[in-house]
Parts: sequence; C-alpha cells; structure tokens
Amino acid sequence: MQLVDQTKVKSRMQTRLKQNKILKGVFFGTTIFALVVLVILLYRILTQGIGYLDLQFFQNFASRFPEKAGIKAAFFGSLWLMAVIAPVSLILGVGTAIYLEEYAKKNRFTTFIQINISNLAGVPSIVFGLLGLTVFVRMLEMGRSVLAGGLTMSLLILPIIVVAAQEAVRSVPKELREASYAMGATKWQTIRRVVLPASIPGILTGGILALSRAIGETAPLLMIGALTFVAYLPENLLSGFTVMPIQIFNWTSRPQTEFHDVAAAGIIVLLAMLLIMNSIAVLIRNKFSKRL
Amino acid sequence: MQGSVRQMIKDKKEKQQSRSKIVEKLVPGFLLLCAIISVLTTLGIVFTLIVETITFFNHVSIIEYFTSKDWYPFFESDPDYGIWPLISGTLLITGIAMLVAVPFGLGAAIYLSEYATDRVRRIIKPILEVLAGIPTIVYGFFALTFVTPVLQNVIPSLPVFNALSPGIVIGIMIIPMIASLSEDAMSSVPNAIREGALGLGATRFEVAVKVVLPAALSGIVASVVLAISRAIGETMIVTVAGGATPKLTFDVTESIQTMTSYIVQVSLGDAGYGTTIYYSIYAVGMTLFLFTLIMNLVAQYISRRFREEY
Repeated sequence: MQLVDQTKVKSRMQTRLKQNKILKGVFFGTTIFALVVLVILLYRILTQGIGYLDLQFFQNFASRFPEKAGIKAAFFGSLWLMAVIAPVSLILGVGTAIYLEEYAKKNRFTTFIQINISNLAGVPSIVFGLLGLTVFVRMLEMGRSVLAGGLTMSLLILPIIVVAAQEAVRSVPKELREASYAMGATKWQTIRRVVLPASIPGILTGGILALSRAIGETAPLLMIGALTFVAYLPENLLSGFTVMPIQIFNWTSRPQTEFHDVAAAGIIVLLAMLLIMNSIAVLIRNKFSKRL
Repeated sequence: MQGSVRQMIKDKKEKQQSRSKIVEKLVPGFLLLCAIISVLTTLGIVFTLIVETITFFNHVSIIEYFTSKDWYPFFESDPDYGIWPLISGTLLITGIAMLVAVPFGLGAAIYLSEYATDRVRRIIKPILEVLAGIPTIVYGFFALTFVTPVLQNVIPSLPVFNALSPGIVIGIMIIPMIASLSEDAMSSVPNAIREGALGLGATRFEVAVKVVLPAALSGIVASVVLAISRAIGETMIVTVAGGATPKLTFDVTESIQTMTSYIVQVSLGDAGYGTTIYYSIYAVGMTLFLFTLIMNLVAQYISRRFREEY
C-alpha cells in the first residue's frame, strides 16, 4: 500500500519551490525599493543644488533674489542652537541615566519615570513646540530667542539621550565597580572615575546622534517663532535666530522654482553637516568598542 | 613629633571625608532633579494643553468643535471650528502612508531576517538607518519637487498640493522604522522553531509566513501601531506638500490640511496672542496629542500582553 502519492508530491513540490523563489525576489525588491528612493532623492538634490553651492552661498544672508540668497544666518543659527542644546541635554540626560541606573530603588516612582521617558519619546515634535511657546517664550519671557529654541529642543531629544546613556552605563562590567569599592572609593567616586569614563563612548555616540536629530528638526522651532528672514547673526542667547531647516522650508515654500534650487543647495549643506556628525559618532563607536 | 604627624594625617582624612560626605549627599539629589525634569516635561505638556484648550472652549463651544463639519477659523465674520476636516485629512495621509510603509517595510523585514546572508544584512541595515536619519524637511522638499510632478504625469488633473504625494513620502520615511522593529521581532523567534519547520520539508517562504510571522505577530503589530503614531504626528512633509485647505474628504487627489499643518500655518501667520485662532492651535494640539498617546499605549500594551516567551 502506498501512503504517499509520489507524482502528486513531485508536482506540488515544483510549484512550492517556484513560489519560494518568486517571493524571495519580491521581498528582495521591497528591500531595494527604499534604497532606490534614497539614491533618487540624493541624486535629485545634488544635481539641483550644486549650481548654487559656492563660497557666496556661505557668505550671503537671506535675499529676495535667488542668486544672492545665502545660508550664512541659518548656518550660524544652527551652530548657536547646538551650543545651547549640547550641554543642557547632555547634563540632564546623563544625570537622569545615572540616577536611574545607579541610585534609584526599584519602586513605583522609578518605573513611572522610565515609562514616562518612553512615552515622551513618542510625543510629536510639534507638541514640544507648543510647550516651548507657552513655557519658555511666554511664561519665562525668553522671547523668540536662541535660548528658548535650544531649551525646547533639549527637552525634545532628552529621551533619546537618556536611553542611550542608560545602555552605556549598564554595559560597564560589574567587576570594575566592585574593584573600585574594594579600594575604598565611595559611590560617587566610583561613578565619576570608573563608570563614567568607561561609558563615555556610548554616551557620546548617542548624544551626537540625538544632536543630529535636533539639527534637522523644523516644526518645534517654527512654533516658538524662529524667524524665516534673518539678515544678521545672533549676538547673544536672547537674539532672534533662524536655522538651516527653517531657511530650507522658507525657500521650498516660495513659488519661484529658482528658490527650489537654492533650497536644494541648503539641503546639501544640512546633509553634509549631518553626515559629518554621524561619521564622528561611528568613529567614536569603532575606536572605543575594541577596548574593555 | 610623632603625635603631630599622626594628628595631621587624621585631620586631613577627616577634612576629605567630610567633604566627600557632603558630595555623596548632594549628588543623588542633583541627579534626582535631572530625572524629575523629564516628568516635569510631561506635566508641562499636559498642563499647557489642558489650560489653553479650556480657554479655547470658553470662546468656542465644545459641541461645535466635535459636531461641525467645517473648519474655517480665518472667516472674520463667522468662523467655524469643527475638528473633523483636520482629523479626516490626518487620517487620509496616515492611511496612504501605511499602504506604502506596511508592505514595503514588512517585505524588507522578512527578507532581512529570513533570506539575507549576514553580509547583505550588514550592508542594507545601515543604509536603512540613513533613510531614517534624513530630516523631514528634506522629505517635504522631495515630495513637492519630485513626487508630485511624477504623479502629475500619471494623473494630469492632480493639483500641486494634494494628499497623495506627502502620504507616499511619509510612507517611505516610515519604511525603515517598520522594517527594523519587525526584523527585531522576527529575529527573536528561536532558530529551533525555524529548523523544525524546515526539517518537515517546508520552504523558506512557508517558514517565514506560516511559522515566523505568526510567532512574531505581536512585535510586528506593535511596530505598525508605532508607525501610525509617527505618521499622525508628522508635520513638515504635509505642510510643504499637502496644502492648507481643510476639507472633509477622502479623495486623495485633493488638497487637504492635517492637524499638524494647521498648527504650523497659524504659527507662521500673524494671529496675535490671545485671539481665538491662537488658542485653537492648543485644542488641535491636544487632539493630536491624545491620538498619538493612545497609539503609543496600544503599541506598548500589544507588545507586553501578547509577547510569546521562548
């Protein structure tokens, strides 16, 4: 008695194998799709913007004439903004991470902070803009300044930095801590001289990636009223300012197509800056990941 | 002599210890303060939205907000504040984005976790990360200057501002998110289960769809829900390419307005502090915040409640 019909199995096997092969191709195609879009996007922007990308572009302020428009105010505005965001968000983020990992007891309050941080990461950036507009610009009367923008952005990227710093602190081997305690060091001495130096690469990598997110963000700064037409550089923390994404937005939303080319040139500068920051992050990760 | 040296050492030790004792006491307090800032941020968001939304509902009746089908806040004589056109615009964009992101994101996740070799994975994953790191304003520019003209070749009647183009581009932006979260979920399915199915004669495709996909379903669904939340909150792409005409429509070729792009439109305009229009952005922001909060909570619930433990 034959339980299995060999010919039937054989014929079905053919179609099943064929189905496997075809769908492998389909899945590969879906993966490639995203990469193809990335290539088209970069190619379009490069070819469109390269013509406007010269020394003048960096030396000129915003202008009504596309040939004279430059990114100077926005470029330095972005640098100013970074100078506010980096220290504020790093101190707050690393402080929170050390508290949660080293000091906090496992109780409801700690769980609450942790859940709160992961929920904060999911809040749309424009809602942070509303918060900044109400609290920093109006209640604390900072006006539409670099300081108000920087603080708003610091809160926006805080969850990213906290999570990265927590992972970095957690990955420091227990033996290092115990060795330090055995030498008579106190808790804070151990953290400052053993745990923090060992977790610096992870913290820096996460911090730079978070900062590059802040540099590309537009919506919250539009909310707190960063200006779109600026012909001066910020002088202090309370000056008005613009940043590269907002300048690009301004150029993009103009009807003349020449300004679209200027916007593309601005995008090239922005992407180049992000690329440099990300490369630094990758370099730090590679340089230090061999040790320990 | 001997006593005084001993005394000096003792003094110095005491001084140092008392200083480090103070530091030991102060530091946890400072760190706790840092941690509390994040809680204060949440409280600040909720408090701001609630207070200003209440002020808005003193100007406009809450019944009109939820029942009126028109959103014309800029009509001087008789402004209309009905939230539905903004919600429909947001959902329309989100729907289009998901139609693009879910098939392509899931396909990429299946390929990366079930078919790709280690080498291919090491090349493709960083490129996907690059795609995820591009600022949204760049995607907005791409939607307006490339995707819309291309679509106009296919649909000649398509206006410059429409729902279709930003929807597609948001979908593309979200592909890496779905791909990487779903791939994580699928990679955590143990190999023993895969090998069991392969040993029974299943093809790789059958293993992927009939074994791995069901086992990783909670993670995959959670990633899609998170992606929806992200699409709802996306601002710049719709602001640049979606237009500013709030309309209760589900026609993808029409110009629409989302909740986020309305907030931007007001903040760019010259609606002064204290006007009804000024307060309306908080009511819209509150609605947006609730939408995304619910989505995030649902995603957390799904991934916790339905997680398969191996």
